[in-house]
Amino acid sequence: MDEAQTLVTDAATRIFRDLGDPQTINAAGDDSWREPLWTALEEAGLTSAWVNDELGGAGAGIGSGFAVLRVAGEFAAALPLAETLLAGWLLEMGDIMLPGGAMSVAPMQRGDSITLASDGTLSGTARAVTFAAEVEHLAVLADGPDGPMVALVNAADCNCSAGRNMAGESQNNVDFSGVTPLQSAPARAGIDAQALKLMGAATRSMQMAGALQTILEIAVQYAEERVAFGRPIGKFQAVQHNLARLGEEAAAAIAIASSTAYTIETLEDWTNGGVFLEIASAKIRVGEAAGEGAAIGHQAFGAIGFTKEHILHRFVQRLWSWRDDFDNEAVWAVELGRRVAAKGGEGLWHSLTAA
Amino acid sequence: MSVAIQFDPIRLPPEAEALRLEVREFLKEEMAAGTFDGTPDRRPNPEFSRKVGEKGWIGITWPKKYGGQERSFLERYVVNEEFLIARAPTRKHFTADRQSGPVLMKYASDAIKEDILPRITRGEVSFCIGMSEPDSGSDLFAAKTKAERTDDGWLINGRKLWTSLAHESDYMIGLFRTSAPTQENRRHGLSQFLVDMSLPGISTQPVLHPNGNHEFNEVIFDNALLPHDYLMGEADMAWKQATSELAYERSGSERFLETGQVLFELVDFIGENPDTREAEGLGRLVAQLHTLRRMSISVAGMLHAGKEPVLEASVVKDLGTVWEQALPSVARDLAAFVDKDPGNRMRFEEILAHNITIAPKLTIQGGTTEVLRGIVARGLGLR
Repeated sequence: MDEAQTLVTDAATRIFRDLGDPQTINAAGDDSWREPLWTALEEAGLTSAWVNDELGGAGAGIGSGFAVLRVAGEFAAALPLAETLLAGWLLEMGDIMLPGGAMSVAPMQRGDSITLASDGTLSGTARAVTFAAEVEHLAVLADGPDGPMVALVNAADCNCSAGRNMAGESQNNVDFSGVTPLQSAPARAGIDAQALKLMGAATRSMQMAGALQTILEIAVQYAEERVAFGRPIGKFQAVQHNLARLGEEAAAAIAIASSTAYTIETLEDWTNGGVFLEIASAKIRVGEAAGEGAAIGHQAFGAIGFTKEHILHRFVQRLWSWRDDFDNEAVWAVELGRRVAAKGGEGLWHSLTAA
Repeated sequence: MSVAIQFDPIRLPPEAEALRLEVREFLKEEMAAGTFDGTPDRRPNPEFSRKVGEKGWIGITWPKKYGGQERSFLERYVVNEEFLIARAPTRKHFTADRQSGPVLMKYASDAIKEDILPRITRGEVSFCIGMSEPDSGSDLFAAKTKAERTDDGWLINGRKLWTSLAHESDYMIGLFRTSAPTQENRRHGLSQFLVDMSLPGISTQPVLHPNGNHEFNEVIFDNALLPHDYLMGEADMAWKQATSELAYERSGSERFLETGQVLFELVDFIGENPDTREAEGLGRLVAQLHTLRRMSISVAGMLHAGKEPVLEASVVKDLGTVWEQALPSVARDLAAFVDKDPGNRMRFEEILAHNITIAPKLTIQGGTTEVLRGIVARGLGLR
């Protein structure tokens, strides 16, 4: 982590600790925490880290944006922070000015495509777009007559279905039929639906790594404090080994998510095979760690962890949701497996060492 | 963060990647020349080790005066992984290169260093590791084999067991008891020694693997006399000396690529048009392997930077050995519906069978799963 990323991490952590503490939010019966937290994040430039200053962003850079995402995951932020960051990145790929405020991005799921016709109207539906019904704007990657287009859309103009993800956050099917974007522009070279999916998968991978880290920390702390059979449960070898496995899964997630962030930070071409290997690996491996980590986390906490009053569910339910966004492990694995098969055994080793 | 597990993103530097191409070229030539054939059975191959020595790739990080190249640990990493993938017969020099040489470098007298290190780098001598005993395996500090200081040298009596390759080794780095453990510290009292396996009073007995392979041995010490300067480091203090060595031993590619050949053969066996099930299986394996490799290189980078990532190395070894142990079974499942012979069926099945038979040992050697998880739990603050 370089100095800028450390500064951003510290700033984000401070804001979340003060205004977005999971325990406080979990205990609050309402949404009163939301506004102050969002405002603080926005004022610190953390919601627009991936947009350069000429386009109205904070220009903090790719690495710093991922540092924000990791902290957001550590606090299981119930805000469209990742979505706004990602939407900002996509708008920059069309050189579109940041409108300000919360955003989300479409499409997010396999097989969904949105078309921008020559009359300037959109068509198509994007399924399961997180926070679509709560944000002001959507950044859309659409197929235009002459190639991929980036469009900025007023969310209120679209037909959003009601719906929630496993963490209870709004997640909506968005029908773009007949909607005219506020602005649209051709995407930069190499930016297409695949690039958006890759960037989205990397985003979710980093959030998941952060959430896993917190599950590890609170589970270890609990095992040190909770006494059963006359001693802290963390003194039992069976519990120690379970938590060691959790630690290893969290480590794998952090390692590959950080590596992916570095790959994107130093990336010149989104169509490069190495970036696909890197990000597909991250979404698959972190998704696997999410499943395993959530299960071990729950096992460590016993009954208290399986209650609404305990914060564990805030992390677990987001892991379960995030691993499905921008395609789940199975979808990525099939595509990666096909690419690997096409290149053969020796080709696989060459791809791994060249990435 | 209260839980300090760190895996920074590290990439191998250009000089390491340049070396990789050189290593691949060398391996291709040697294979074409018939020096080795890449089959699973990797018997010691003195000719190959000598040629690797000529290239300067044994002890590549060591000082030039001992025949080393003074190149970086990341360059060593590349040589090691390319050798593993090619199934190169490194058996003769592997242990000396990875861990025994570095022990000598740190603790041996100048005379011993000048005598032995150049022979290691030339690929002429091999080492084994004398740790386990009949009553001391994972519990290393229960070792009983005794080293008594006499006027003539150190008198060794006792037995080592499960000592890999002792029967073909010129030297051993052994762990012997020089005094009793203390009340406060049961790890006290063990010392590391250099052992010349040709000395009188040292004999080996084969202990065969289930498939009949001879790797394990029992090594018997019956009044063997070692020169005084064969003590490596401080007497009774071996427990303090082993930490960074363990990080080297536990985090390398050999901790997840030992059965790796199965994956590469499986890709060719399944062929260019996998069905959905096969594609998903391959994709998951590759994602897991790529992640392991990133983690392993991250540890290599930390070692290169002079840190002691003992916890991270244990994480790599546990994840890596569990993965490489499961790989042959996963491959067996994924290959189940390949009906035609893509041209390598015999070869694939042979490689698969070999790796299924060796898989159980992978989570035992060099620190069992249980020991590693104990170390990770300690790192998390639980012990």
